[in-house]
Amino acid sequence: MLYEIEIKDKPETFDAIAEGIKKDILDLGIKSARDVSFMQVYILEGDLSEAQAERISDELLVDKISQSYSINGGKKGAGKDEFVVEVAYNPGVMDPVEESTLKAIRDLGIEEDLCVKTAKKYIIKGKLSARQLKTICEKLLYNKLIQHVVRHDELSLRAPHLLRYCEPRRGEAIPFFNPDYLFQLITVELLRASDKKLLEISKKGQLFLNLPEMRAIKNYFYGLKRNPTDCELETIAQTWSEHCWHKTFRGKIDYSEKLLKTKIGTVPLGMSPFLTKPGKTRLIDNLLKSTIMRVTKELNKPWCVSVFKDNSGVIRFDHKYNICFKVETHNHPSALEPFGGANTGIGGVIRDSLGTGLGAKPVLNTDVFCFARPDYPFNKLPAGTLHPKRIMKGVVSGVRDYGNKMGIPTLNGAILFHDRFVGNPLVYCGTVGIMPKDKCFKKTNIGDLIVVVGGKTGRDGIHGATFSSGELTQKSEIISSGAVQIGNPIQEKKMLDTILQARDKNLYSAITDCGAGGLSSAVGEMAASLGAEVGLDTVPLKYQGLSYMEIWISESQERMVLSVPKENIDELIKLFNLEDVEAVVIGEFTDTGRLKLFYKDNLVCDLDMRFLHEGLPKLAKKAAYIQPRHQEPKVRHSKDLTKYLLRILSQYDICSKEWVIRQYDHEVQGGSVLKPLVGVMNDGPSDASVCRPILDSKKGIIVSNGINFRYGFIDHYWMAASCIDEALRQIIAVGGSLKEVAILDNFCWGNPDKPDRLGSLVRAAYGCYDTAKAFGVPFISGKDSLYNEYTVKGKSLSIPGTLLISAISVMDDIHKTISMYAKQAGDSLYVVGDSYNELGGSHYYDLFRFTGNRVPKVYPKKAKLIFGALSRASSKGLIKAMHDCSEGGIGVAAAEMAFSGDLGAEIFLSEVPYARNDFTRDDFVLFSESNSRFIVEVENSHRKEFEKALKGLPFGLIGSVKDKKDFKVHGLDGNICIKIKIGALKEAWQKPLRW
Amino acid sequence: MPKVKVCVLRTAGTNCDKETAFAFRKAGSEPESVHINSLIRAEKKLEDFQVLALPGGFSYGDDLGAGKILANELRCRLAEDVRRFIKDGKLVIGICNGFQILVKAGILPGTRPYRIGRCVPLHRNSELKQEASLIINDSGKFEDRWVYLKSPQNKCVWTKCLPEVIYLPVAHGEGKFVTGDKKVLARLKRNKQIVFQYCDEKGALSGYPHNPNGSIENIAGICDETGRILGLMPHPERHVYGEQHPRWAGERLRAAGDGLTIIRNGVEYAQKTLL
Repeated sequence: MLYEIEIKDKPETFDAIAEGIKKDILDLGIKSARDVSFMQVYILEGDLSEAQAERISDELLVDKISQSYSINGGKKGAGKDEFVVEVAYNPGVMDPVEESTLKAIRDLGIEEDLCVKTAKKYIIKGKLSARQLKTICEKLLYNKLIQHVVRHDELSLRAPHLLRYCEPRRGEAIPFFNPDYLFQLITVELLRASDKKLLEISKKGQLFLNLPEMRAIKNYFYGLKRNPTDCELETIAQTWSEHCWHKTFRGKIDYSEKLLKTKIGTVPLGMSPFLTKPGKTRLIDNLLKSTIMRVTKELNKPWCVSVFKDNSGVIRFDHKYNICFKVETHNHPSALEPFGGANTGIGGVIRDSLGTGLGAKPVLNTDVFCFARPDYPFNKLPAGTLHPKRIMKGVVSGVRDYGNKMGIPTLNGAILFHDRFVGNPLVYCGTVGIMPKDKCFKKTNIGDLIVVVGGKTGRDGIHGATFSSGELTQKSEIISSGAVQIGNPIQEKKMLDTILQARDKNLYSAITDCGAGGLSSAVGEMAASLGAEVGLDTVPLKYQGLSYMEIWISESQERMVLSVPKENIDELIKLFNLEDVEAVVIGEFTDTGRLKLFYKDNLVCDLDMRFLHEGLPKLAKKAAYIQPRHQEPKVRHSKDLTKYLLRILSQYDICSKEWVIRQYDHEVQGGSVLKPLVGVMNDGPSDASVCRPILDSKKGIIVSNGINFRYGFIDHYWMAASCIDEALRQIIAVGGSLKEVAILDNFCWGNPDKPDRLGSLVRAAYGCYDTAKAFGVPFISGKDSLYNEYTVKGKSLSIPGTLLISAISVMDDIHKTISMYAKQAGDSLYVVGDSYNELGGSHYYDLFRFTGNRVPKVYPKKAKLIFGALSRASSKGLIKAMHDCSEGGIGVAAAEMAFSGDLGAEIFLSEVPYARNDFTRDDFVLFSESNSRFIVEVENSHRKEFEKALKGLPFGLIGSVKDKKDFKVHGLDGNICIKIKIGALKEAWQKPLRW
Repeated sequence: MPKVKVCVLRTAGTNCDKETAFAFRKAGSEPESVHINSLIRAEKKLEDFQVLALPGGFSYGDDLGAGKILANELRCRLAEDVRRFIKDGKLVIGICNGFQILVKAGILPGTRPYRIGRCVPLHRNSELKQEASLIINDSGKFEDRWVYLKSPQNKCVWTKCLPEVIYLPVAHGEGKFVTGDKKVLARLKRNKQIVFQYCDEKGALSGYPHNPNGSIENIAGICDETGRILGLMPHPERHVYGEQHPRWAGERLRAAGDGLTIIRNGVEYAQKTLL
């Protein structure tokens, strides 16, 4: 029997979901939808009696207080001007609700064979045209990659249709194609393939391998006198993909540059922005080792425990624990299915923490996004892209869903906007983990069993690794739909809970996560110096019908691979069993140096580990950087700057992100000491976050980030320097020091096969080297995501090269924490650090649609002294509040301090330390975005001591905190250039993203 | 002196168990993290504990509504144990997801099944009626924010010696307290079972965002007729230390958080009456 159960809110219940959709429909510009109601639909199929279906509905599916239900009552036709839209998942898409519903039905004591599906039903009332209805469906209600609208004629056919893809016992969906898999070994004809044919094989198979790589593979098999199996070819493609191997960063680069010398001006000490002599080129062998990893090697910090080797970078925390940090991107999937993309992105980086050493417990998450602006005109959207507002809402929900359900606080982040992200949004997700000192290293042993734990394997996520190593096109959503997935955070949570117990019982010797490339890359990596044999038919499957090759490369979420000594296997499996987590032996590590895969005793892959990990030909790519010359801005100098301050506060990059932040749990685990929202009303912007992972210890972790792609419009070298400075000064601003700070790099760039893209990437990497070296701050981990381009009608749209620097620092005593909001009327306000005429890429210029050429530079020698002095002053308790000056400069920073503290302020620009010769305008002093600057609030009784601490460094007493809630700024000539109520400033800052 | 033993019950998706256990340890008891499967398989016994704590999280993903599946599991698989636990005069606290579970299992407000000395089998569904619910916030989304709470006059053993207005964080998407029928609400009031109400910093009942979810009568927490079973949406275990207060770095560092007092009340009551 088939039962369709509809659950809907009682009339007196406020339907928050429907209200949200109604608002979204209005946002689409459709005003004729009068009313929306929402119903959750469950479809039960199996040997159920009517009484049983009734009982399940009554006791389980409905909340009797607020909802009512009907069984098989939904086939009534729609009324006049009433549209019924039922959205269901596509076959094969994982729906976690099915599994848990089935579990609950079993708890009721109903053991009959049964299968559960869910759907959502929307009833929209109003005079809508067919086109409007289609718009509503496509823009709001479903994503065709994972869902479909159930057609009315399909409803009556539901029974046979459902049966086709239901496996009664487990109640999980089976895709209706290829239901039974019959083994057949597939080989690919390479030996006799011409170059043209080789490329065709690469393209058709979505291998994203170029000709020299395909030739190398051909040669290898030529030596073996046989053709590869599909599985072998896929394994090589996964291992050699940009995503897994970072070919660009590790390859050879022939770099040339053409700089506009006039723009570089004076070169700060310690920085060398000229990478070549004029007219010469520079050959770089392994950009990663020449820049990022070189800093770490040269600094050789004793507290760096494990860098660039493991799934995340590890540093010392205290005498018992170490901490690890990793930031990943999930850009391509988020462009296509924002919720699922961000969801699995955060899920993946959490597994990175869990897969570091012998497993670290995640203690905080970070997330940074770049989108096109949310009011992007619908009619200008490139074909095949989703609207940025929908992407943003989906991404935020995806992170919210996974992070909150995992019980990991999301403590730090940023959101930036630019229309060049319209085809490729950026989604950075980071996780910090903590682990005992003796659990930081892993070692796979010969004879250990290969155990896969966590979720089952399905056809989802196939080709994710190779897919993210190419550009997106209008057709990506069709051909790459397999790469899109939805996560199941509860599956990952129970896996995490169990793994940490198994770790503490020393039951396994190595662990890694199944991320991009699935088992192929996890087992391949763990066995790299040994060898492995795997029986692919032993891998637990979500549904039957997967070929051996699909099993091997599937990127189904929530899986990890363990290396388990044979004597521990029984205890390990018992432990996982208690927590309802599957753990299955799929093979063994060997000493053969070969990767051997079997499917029911058939050998389907036999590869030499050495070829797999060392056979990739190193290619030289061309990089050419030509610095753009922007028009020198002509901005009239207004006497009254109030309206500009208001407009800058309302810029999407700068305005409050409270709407997003509140949706993340930032209190779970009880460790948050300095929260992302601070101030008298808990709604001001914190510079960085402080968290205490061990609740009865004084030690804390500071996490911050620096990102600003706008400076890259002028020079990526200085962009990178500024990002590092920003991340570091935020650490200083919350009371930290440079003593033990480690940083992470995440480069998101366009297609590196294009010399201009690669040129700017090289400049950014060298900017990283010089700045990090000068500050004495090592990189411990990083990741790049290249090919962020969107091709439509033959025209390629690249994102601006964007670097995210994430910083982490250990704080000895969390009681030294400082927050950014003004505390007390009468206190003095200082600006510390020099201001320069550096408005290039600033938000002030952006108001006038200018970019400018004077990009903010970093003077690391002076900056280090400033950072050190402020650290000492804050540890002595001389500082009441401190805020870093970044986007929007002194104007924005001072305004934020005032309104977050619900106090007024009066400041005098003439007292700001600045380079007087080229810098004589109020607006420039107020809105310049020079680096290494802070606004500091000091109690008057501490002024003397504070000034002594900063002796010899640039600082100025610019004014004071006021009781009266006015924000007043005196210009260089002493006349008032800004006067406004702090309430108005706050409103301007809060309004844009108050959704 | 023996310590009060606390069963911190967890299952797939529970995620506040560690800090809940920490708070109970800080309050002088001996918490133990117990997976529900250990109770179902009788590897552990509920009767060995004096306090049952249902921590926050998303049990089973909150599929079918927050707390619903674990509530169903308790009702169907552990009813006898829970019934005896309560009848024995022991204590229960449900925080956030735990509150949702207690309400959806019909254990709270639970006027009927648990009169002392008159036990009714819990597994008889007719006797275990869900009379209230916690539904999707009026804002339609999950929200994390700190809220002020006041305690009207009530019979709860967990709320002695609290300041007039306390400060705790909430973090939930389904926290709007509703009763199906007005009589239930009237009974809650009459029996002094309303334990916490959302208010402003001065203690006056106030709308959004002070009342973060649109709960009727600003209800944030209730207890049963005996006062020993407490359910609340705010998280006392997240305000145990002064440093967890959102403005400690700006105002002053308090010696302890308001949440610790709540937990300590429960532990001390159990110490006095059960050991």
